[in-house]
Amino acid sequence: MDRSALPDLVCPAGSLPALKTAVDNGADAVYLGFKNDTNARNFAGLNFDQKTMVEGIRYAHGKGCEVLMAINTFPQPGRTADWRAAVDAAADMGVDAIILADVGLLDYARNRHPNQRLHLSVQGSATSYEAINFAHREFGVRRAVLPRVLTLAQVEHVIKNTPVEIEVFGFGSLCVMNEGRCWLSSYACGESPNTVGACSPAKYVKWDKKPGEMETRLNGILIDRFADNEPAGYPTLCKGRFDVQGETYYALEEPTSLNVLEILPEIVKIGVKAIKVEGRQRSPAYVTQVTRTLRAALDALANESERYHVKPTWQAELSKVSEGNQATLGAYNRPWR
Amino acid sequence: MKLALGPLLYFWTKEEVLNFYAEMAQNPAIEIIYVGEVVCSRRQQMRTADWVGLARDLTDAGKEVVVSAQALLESESDLKAMRRLIDELAENPGCSIEANDLGAVNLVQGGKPFVAGPHLNIYNEETLATYARYGMKRWVPPLEADRKLIDLLHKSRPAGVETEVFVFGKLPLAFSARCFTARHYNLNKDDCQFKCLDHPEGMTLKTREGQAFLCINGIQTMSAQSYNLLGEVATMREMGIDIIRVSPQPKYTTEIVAAFDAARRGELTSAAASTNPAWNSEGLVDGYWFGDAGIVQRNGQAVAELQGA
Repeated sequence: MDRSALPDLVCPAGSLPALKTAVDNGADAVYLGFKNDTNARNFAGLNFDQKTMVEGIRYAHGKGCEVLMAINTFPQPGRTADWRAAVDAAADMGVDAIILADVGLLDYARNRHPNQRLHLSVQGSATSYEAINFAHREFGVRRAVLPRVLTLAQVEHVIKNTPVEIEVFGFGSLCVMNEGRCWLSSYACGESPNTVGACSPAKYVKWDKKPGEMETRLNGILIDRFADNEPAGYPTLCKGRFDVQGETYYALEEPTSLNVLEILPEIVKIGVKAIKVEGRQRSPAYVTQVTRTLRAALDALANESERYHVKPTWQAELSKVSEGNQATLGAYNRPWR
Repeated sequence: MKLALGPLLYFWTKEEVLNFYAEMAQNPAIEIIYVGEVVCSRRQQMRTADWVGLARDLTDAGKEVVVSAQALLESESDLKAMRRLIDELAENPGCSIEANDLGAVNLVQGGKPFVAGPHLNIYNEETLATYARYGMKRWVPPLEADRKLIDLLHKSRPAGVETEVFVFGKLPLAFSARCFTARHYNLNKDDCQFKCLDHPEGMTLKTREGQAFLCINGIQTMSAQSYNLLGEVATMREMGIDIIRVSPQPKYTTEIVAAFDAARRGELTSAAASTNPAWNSEGLVDGYWFGDAGIVQRNGQAVAELQGA
């Protein structure tokens, strides 16, 4: 296969060490955000200040890797200037693209920085080509990141009906809800990805060790309860066990990771332009592992083409860093359809 | 201040739907009625033609009618249904569309003025102004918005734009490709046997210690509790809010509408005394309005104390 037909591998950089390891292990692009609530992974200890941002961009560009800046929360009322300043700073620093979700901010970026490449964030909730073509026509958006709700056939249909490049998620924690339109977190604790850039924020989490079990709570609400022999997962509120009509189970979603290695040839064939790895909140070790493995898979696809098959070592490497040690193809194949 | 009946979020039989709206058509307190399927394309007791016919009947009954678009548009058939809806409504001059995603905005833009629904994510003044340029005549703030956000954006609104606040009902909090009702019954989504019909106000999801938390309604996840801003209507009048929205309930809708009607007329002596706890046995909440977690009850507490006393 012609290497130029391969999608870009877009990897998460929650910190400078994560950025460097992504670049060193074969990312075509890294995405990152400022150390504030202008991006949707606003967790303590993560992200970049001005100085590390400049250093990170220099490092990536020095090795031919693109830098995509996520400014993908919704500007809060009366504070739009903060988000505009982030857009201005990103443009000034020479990032390769800015990833935006808010319509007002897209409008600003388009008018203020007409030559700046803009991507529509997954938080922009564009699930159809009509939505994407609107963002293209009105704001000149050149790439859209699709929410994790579409089947592979639906992704292909979008690609056929838009001039905009399509980026899809390839690995990482799975949002089962349509991104950008989920208020579960704020219902439980008052803060959501749309407002503060974090879902189920750590400051509301309580790990309650009791004899024989561990309870995990979010703002006092019991998300799950684990026996001593069960690994206790982070209480992301849609991934807890709940009681519905007397039955206790993962009522919304199991703790599991998205992993598209199996369908990588199909993803490439339908013309996906970029594959995104979720996880700016994860460690540099995670970034190393996932970047290296997906790079190997993409290279194998380029070299072996028809003979491509998923190597057991790749799956073994990825399962080490998977949430709940489980993997799924998520909406792409919809086993639950 | 006008009173609106929001779109029906649950799946009821066609007969139940038509009976419900026949009753609402006769209710003089309701000025605006939103109709249409906003949750799931598999809910086809009412077909597009039925909704369009209902819209015409309600218009004839003197209501302002808005047809709400499905919030999560995924397939080409979703888009086709949306286009057909827009085409057919073109013949009903009094009727507009509530857009709930950018795809719907793209399809209605350039046509008649549209309503920006709560799922369009209007969090700031600039976004509100941007949508106004595309033909938005009215907006519903995100349901997680607090009073401060609504007040600031309302004050900044471009000329001619109305603000409508969701004041009563279970909150539609999230949408998924996956159907959680089908999941509960171990059914595939494409063979869901329309189990939502058995749950006219969804299924309560409780924590493992029995706290009612969320509500499963097909592909939509709602709050278990109902948002209730009856005690805040007076403040909304002072703010100049144009419209308040009550979400349809299988029971008590008329009683709830009557309470909010009295409140907007300034005829309510005590919101707490006028609130019936039976409106939602899992509780009434108002946290979002006060900038708290949505599940928090401020005035709800007052209601409980008053009625326990």
